[in-house]
Amino acid sequence: MVKRKSALLLYVGLFIGLIVSIFPFYWLAVMATRTTAEIYSFPPKFWFGTHLIDNLTRVFDSVDFVGAFLNSLFVATCSTVLVLFFDSLAGFTFAKFNFPGKKWLFVLLLATMMAPSQLSLVPSFVIMAKFGWVGSFKALIIPGMANAFGIFWIRQYAQESVPSELLDAGRIDGCGFFRLYWNVSLPILRPALSFLGAFTFIGSWNDYLWPLIILNDEKKFTLQVALSSLNGIYVTDYAMIVAGTLLAVIPLIVLFLFVSKQFISDIAAGAIKS
Amino acid sequence: MSQPLQQRTQFDPGSSLQVPERKRGLATEIWKHRKQYLAISPFYILFAVFGLFPILFSMYLSFQKWDGIGVMTFNGVNNYQFMVTDPEFWKAVGNTLLIWIYSTIPMLFFALIIAFLLNASFVRFRTFFRIGYFLPNVTSLVAVAIVFSTVFSNNYGLLNYILSQFGADPVEWLNKTWGIQLAVSIMVIWRWVGYNAIIYLAGLQSIPTVLYEAAKIDGATGIQSFFRITIPNLRPIILFTVITSTIGGMQIFTEPQVLVGNDGGVSGGGLTIVLYLYREAFVNNYFGYGSAVGWGMFILIALISLINWRVVQGGGAKDE
Repeated sequence: MVKRKSALLLYVGLFIGLIVSIFPFYWLAVMATRTTAEIYSFPPKFWFGTHLIDNLTRVFDSVDFVGAFLNSLFVATCSTVLVLFFDSLAGFTFAKFNFPGKKWLFVLLLATMMAPSQLSLVPSFVIMAKFGWVGSFKALIIPGMANAFGIFWIRQYAQESVPSELLDAGRIDGCGFFRLYWNVSLPILRPALSFLGAFTFIGSWNDYLWPLIILNDEKKFTLQVALSSLNGIYVTDYAMIVAGTLLAVIPLIVLFLFVSKQFISDIAAGAIKS
Repeated sequence: MSQPLQQRTQFDPGSSLQVPERKRGLATEIWKHRKQYLAISPFYILFAVFGLFPILFSMYLSFQKWDGIGVMTFNGVNNYQFMVTDPEFWKAVGNTLLIWIYSTIPMLFFALIIAFLLNASFVRFRTFFRIGYFLPNVTSLVAVAIVFSTVFSNNYGLLNYILSQFGADPVEWLNKTWGIQLAVSIMVIWRWVGYNAIIYLAGLQSIPTVLYEAAKIDGATGIQSFFRITIPNLRPIILFTVITSTIGGMQIFTEPQVLVGNDGGVSGGGLTIVLYLYREAFVNNYFGYGSAVGWGMFILIALISLINWRVVQGGGAKDE
């Protein structure tokens, strides 16, 4: 009896937490279907309205939403593909080969994770200006296309899962270094790659401060920058801003729900390992 | 440096041929592994250009007066002097620390509770709960700030509606220092509780059950095993979450910038250090000064991390 009661209490606690977690998404969806007047009415409307199409039409009229969406998609996809390639190549090499200085190079790699990124905001911008990359997607993609966390992550996974015997067999069959990586190991690394890929994509999609500094032409705005400029300009048409926000949030939720189960355990594993 | 070389020197110590042979050996080893070096090189090249060089360059810039376009002039320690005497800077430091405390303590507390609830052996739908709790973490900060701005809206926001149901007067949240800081903190808490809960849960699950069983046999109560087994085993994980929340908390930017703008709102309550840095460097074009503020922030983060580390580690020493 006592056990039943405490179990009930536990579920009530978990459900309250869950509702707090989910409510803002629901609230966002409700507001996106209402007019601005309805959003600010007392008492607030907690159920869906009928103005979603209206609001979305105004979103597409006021900003190049499709353009911003495609820009974000392009930047996030390029970043993800490049990170996956360079990180898995380096992680695999660290896991499966011995070469002079390997230990020190890896320690150096881990040490770079502690370098504070905000410290170099101004000089990084200056470097981009010198390269002529201000206003260009290159500035968003190239600096991050090989990163310490991803290399560390792949190395851990490759050490445990790529058998050295398999690589030896590959060598006997005449595989060179790159074939050992591409044809033999990459298929085995797939689970680690899917986490790193989702992690990189989400991070790139949500990035705001750096794109805000780098992108100076409206045509190149990513979704987050476009959304924030929408929020700054059309203060009176809140229904439209909210509808745009909803559109920007949906793709990531869908992506996350697809990968969520593995993604969450990998996040936890990554934290515990480091 | 490499294993085989050390072995070889052990085999024939004192040989006069040893030195040139070793050198040739190392060079051949390196040459033999040129493909491996090539494979790991992109990271080091990128870090040198976009990581290390900017840090060194920011040190240089912080002693210059520069608007990003005109001529750079040496400025001595003027930037730093201005920083430590600018009340706005200290206000930004204070705001950042307050928001960090308001958000981190409840966030880690709730995360720990959720982790314990989820860890109970009979909980069903655990995956479903984990996904629900984690969802806020993958949502963009800009979107979060836009949604929460309607919750904290000065006149007809959701929160004021709830207040009115209790007969209280509406509060102009976003016109008050504490109101803005509360709104920002709640956004941070909302976004990161699930993330930290998942990490604590993994930590709880990694504690061997044998420990609890042994404690039970020895007659330990639930509370005793909580303080003697759970907390000590969880300590490194707690330290990890405290350090990541410190680094994250010191760099809060998007929430206040989208919520109340570049000046941190009417009362400036949302002016955090990174927002201040952004405004000085990229809105007012004080590039040299912006670099100095970056170093100020770095020192602050290092200092607070050190204190955190001392507190969490020191607590451990006392227990034992």
